Amino acid sequence: MDTVIDVLLLAFLAICAVSILRLRDLFAMAMMFGLFSLISAGLFTTMHAPDVAFTEAAVGAGISTILILATLAQTARREQPVPTRSKWLPLAIVCVTGAALIYGTVDLPAFGDPAAPAHNHVAPYYLQESYNDIGIPNVVASILASYRGYDTLGEVVVVFSAVIGVLALLGLRARPPGIVAGPVRRLDHRAVLKVIAKLVVPVILLFALYVQFHGEYSPGGGFQAGVIFAAAIILYALVFGLDEARRVIKPQLLQRLPAIGVLIFGGVGLLTMLLGGNYLAYNALGENPQKAQQTGIILVEIGVGVTVASVMLLIYFTFAERGRGRKADEGDGGSSA
Amino acid sequence: MSFLAHYNYHLAIILAMIGLYTMISRTNLVKKVAGLNIFQVSVFILFISLGVLDGGTVPILKEGYSAYSNPLPHVLILTAIVVGVATTAVALALVVRIHEAYGTVEEDQVQAKDEEP
Repeated sequence: MDTVIDVLLLAFLAICAVSILRLRDLFAMAMMFGLFSLISAGLFTTMHAPDVAFTEAAVGAGISTILILATLAQTARREQPVPTRSKWLPLAIVCVTGAALIYGTVDLPAFGDPAAPAHNHVAPYYLQESYNDIGIPNVVASILASYRGYDTLGEVVVVFSAVIGVLALLGLRARPPGIVAGPVRRLDHRAVLKVIAKLVVPVILLFALYVQFHGEYSPGGGFQAGVIFAAAIILYALVFGLDEARRVIKPQLLQRLPAIGVLIFGGVGLLTMLLGGNYLAYNALGENPQKAQQTGIILVEIGVGVTVASVMLLIYFTFAERGRGRKADEGDGGSSA
Repeated sequence: MSFLAHYNYHLAIILAMIGLYTMISRTNLVKKVAGLNIFQVSVFILFISLGVLDGGTVPILKEGYSAYSNPLPHVLILTAIVVGVATTAVALALVVRIHEAYGTVEEDQVQAKDEEP
């Protein structure tokens, strides 16, 4: 039964991917892209990876799709026909690469094989010892925040650098010469959207906090909570307008939060060094090793959550603010319709 | 039979190839970014597939269960997803700037404008 669901979902994914390739209407393509991500989140659930599924559902079906839509609103809505260029060369490259990769899978162990090397080196240690070392049941959270804390710090810094890149390219307030802020698009004259958003946004925020603070005992953690939190605020901004959302989270604060999150994470590392341990070795935080590990993990996850949520929001606000730009002499063309 | 036991990997590779084809055969930059994302999701699927264990369950320890799927790929991929959306945002920001500078997001038209004297 699992196999049937698996193959069906993968077939749906392939159909979505082909329609993304073929659709010329880029808005329709963006919606197919959201569907593609949602189905892949379902696939991750069937493969026993709920943490990954949470993240993919909030990021792929929510934030990425909205970013693509925001880009389309500022660029072109339709793809232009591909000029006279041979289709055979790309097709040949793809077929050869695909055949080489499929030949490479011949040596791989069978899907789900317990004797596979992936299941017999470091993974059994994490599964058998992490409860003694750390005392929390969610092994994914233990590995993410404690065993592989360095990796995670690196990832958080990459996310932080990405927002610096977006701000450098699009700026939070700056506009090119001759472009002024146009009217904000909002949808709150649509009663259904308004009521549903008011009902759903608090629940999503509450769920994000649950995912953040219960992440040691159930699927969850800072990355998942951060993207879910950001998705809720973005939904609010889409329905009630950018300015209303800015009143919820002040831009001056929002601009500082990514750095604050990274500092919390890095600061925990410095603290453990000051207390006589190694960098990010949480055992130095207290007498009881399990309690010390849990304290460290909770602090670090807060840092991750703050950075991820604020980075996602900053990126969205930056795209939306840029999209408001109108030529100074154009009046309020393109106001909410 | 051993060939069929790899169906998950094969379908992930097919997805990756659809993404790669989208990237190299289309000129629209937004579509190229979407293709890149399809490729990226296929890599995620491949990694998570490698962590699946027959008869295993979600890696959250509970008495009465002894077989869990491998938690390490889950950690790598969930952070990779968030990094992926952040880098996608940088790519889309570049697309917006290209549109402002050239008035088009079609790669061949951008190149034609560059070659104008």
